[in-house]
Amino acid sequence: MAGVKAVEFDLAQVPLREVNRYLHRDAQAEGVTHVRISNPDGAHSIVCGLAHPFDVEIDGHVGYYVGGMNQRANITVRGNAGPGAGENMMSGTIRIEGFASTGAGASAHGGCLIVQGDASLRCGISLKGGDIVVGGSVGSFSAFMAQAGRIVICEDASDALGDSLYEAVIYLRGKVRSLGADAQFEPMRPADFKAVAELLGVAGFKHEPRDFRRIASAKSLYHWNADSNQEY
Amino acid sequence: MAGKRTKKPSPADPPHLQLEESAGYDRRIIDYIQRAAATGLYEIRGLGAKRRVPHFDDLVFLGASLSRYPLEGYREKCSTRTVLGTRYASRPIELAIPITIAGMSFGSLSARVKEALGIAATDLGTSTTTGDGGMTREERQSSRTLVYQCLPSRYGFNPDDLRQADAIEIVIGQGAKPGGGGMLLGQKVNPRVASMRTLPEGIDQRSASRHPDWTGPDDLVIKIQELREITDWEKPIYVKIGATRVLNDVKLAVHAGADVIVVDGMQGGTAATQTVFIEHVGIPTLAALRQAVDALEELNMRGKVQLVVSGGIRTGADVAKALAMGADAVSLGQGILMALGCNSASYVVDGKHLSAVEDYANLATAPGYCHHCHTGRCPVGITTQDAELELRLTPAVGAKRVRNYVKTLNMELTTIARACGKQDVHHLEKEDMVALTLEAAAMAGVPLAGTSWIPGAAPI
Repeated sequence: MAGVKAVEFDLAQVPLREVNRYLHRDAQAEGVTHVRISNPDGAHSIVCGLAHPFDVEIDGHVGYYVGGMNQRANITVRGNAGPGAGENMMSGTIRIEGFASTGAGASAHGGCLIVQGDASLRCGISLKGGDIVVGGSVGSFSAFMAQAGRIVICEDASDALGDSLYEAVIYLRGKVRSLGADAQFEPMRPADFKAVAELLGVAGFKHEPRDFRRIASAKSLYHWNADSNQEY
Repeated sequence: MAGKRTKKPSPADPPHLQLEESAGYDRRIIDYIQRAAATGLYEIRGLGAKRRVPHFDDLVFLGASLSRYPLEGYREKCSTRTVLGTRYASRPIELAIPITIAGMSFGSLSARVKEALGIAATDLGTSTTTGDGGMTREERQSSRTLVYQCLPSRYGFNPDDLRQADAIEIVIGQGAKPGGGGMLLGQKVNPRVASMRTLPEGIDQRSASRHPDWTGPDDLVIKIQELREITDWEKPIYVKIGATRVLNDVKLAVHAGADVIVVDGMQGGTAATQTVFIEHVGIPTLAALRQAVDALEELNMRGKVQLVVSGGIRTGADVAKALAMGADAVSLGQGILMALGCNSASYVVDGKHLSAVEDYANLATAPGYCHHCHTGRCPVGITTQDAELELRLTPAVGAKRVRNYVKTLNMELTTIARACGKQDVHHLEKEDMVALTLEAAAMAGVPLAGTSWIPGAAPI
């Protein structure tokens, strides 16, 4: 195919530092469009800090911070991901075909993180504008202090979902064990159904938008309340 | 009847007034109780601990005499060059002086102040630091050496700014509030601040106290590696801790792979925190510094991992004492604000001094007592986001004041170093000092003046 230049790295042979450095510094100038990484063996910080629209495939499980601070790249992990997958990503797409550990998509400012399996504790914590679509369930304290962006959860959520939310919105298809402080269910509006349909489409998940419920901030913690007894 | 007569007071025999103040319930505590009773809400304020704690003032230098050989005080060379981040970073930070400007956010300070600090730091050959609000264009452009903070909130944190920073500082805590997140009350969350922090305008913003994507020292190892990978191992990584369990925390930060450790003592300032937090959580800078140095020595890492200390560093003598105790550099926050004009009775516009006293009065305070950074109504235009108030601080005027202040500190530092016979300020050592109080002797680990006694030290 014209315009395609693929490179492959075997992390059993090449140090990760060299791979990341090459992708940061030289790959764009050399016309690289596709990157394939084999034998990740749970290594941390694989393809973090990318700034160009590469298509990256990682064949296996990854450790912490895969695709950390990603800009523009489309990354697919054919395995499970450790903590902080796609942390602070700005744009692009990260797809975890397996499960994601704690803090998936933490403080992401943009882009879309897709977890096909379950995501653990604190999924979407401190979210600042990115989208997260989880095919399975999420652990406790997911969307804690999430400021902006959207989280779609296709199965269940554990305790304290959406605690101290700001402007981020959560769409939940299954059950929730408990909502966090200041989080509340709200009616789904046409824009919400549209958003869910769009995100399900991006992720490739076949669910009905009408099965999702909207959770957002009641905004009662936006200002100090002298009458509050501090037992949120 | 004579027995029923009341004795009239006369000028020659005034009534005896009972004005014995209680130590436990003095006017400060009475005011605290009655304020709490009136409002039902704790006090939030700016700046640092106001209570007296053992400090650098409680130490003195032993200048050279017969047993030591001094340098001539004005002319002989005395180097102040300071290098930070030599452990792993391929591009360590080189500074002309060991006095740096601490992290203070855009949001707590105006963009004009951040610009002034950048100009001053660049002229002085030192670094300035971002804060809990992201990097502003003004401070990046005006600062030759800019340290970019990675905070729990991650407000405005992005890879473009990370790559254009000269060093990265992972903030675990702050001396004014170790264990607490930041605060920015709604009156300071103007459209630009809100946009940089991805928050609605005007809300009372509370920053996270924990990082979102790691939870303990073993995770921190991996977080540091990630930041190094993103920046191709070029930039020094600082770890800043608020002073509490310093001995352990410094060891853990070294283990995590920090190039530089910043220890912020309880006198360190804040833009807004509960008073109870400022005054009652954390340990004094003096004790924190000694424990940090002990930790590095126990790990045999002194000189390999550099140590920056902050929290109540005000004078050249403070700088000299911090260096003598083992710091590689110091970092200043409140001193810098006061150099800019914080708590001054006037501000300067077009070369004219204009009175700010009425505006202090409107905040129910007065010059010299103000700690109302949290209100955003700074009478001298420093800790504000108000479009009119911020004009009271002209970047050029602010930069000149900061330059003069830090230059003075540096001159005092070299004066003391020469008096102790040092050609390099980093050669000052603990043996050059004694303590004036038992507490300071114990905390700093130097002898009580006139004795060889270091309280708490193992007998020789």
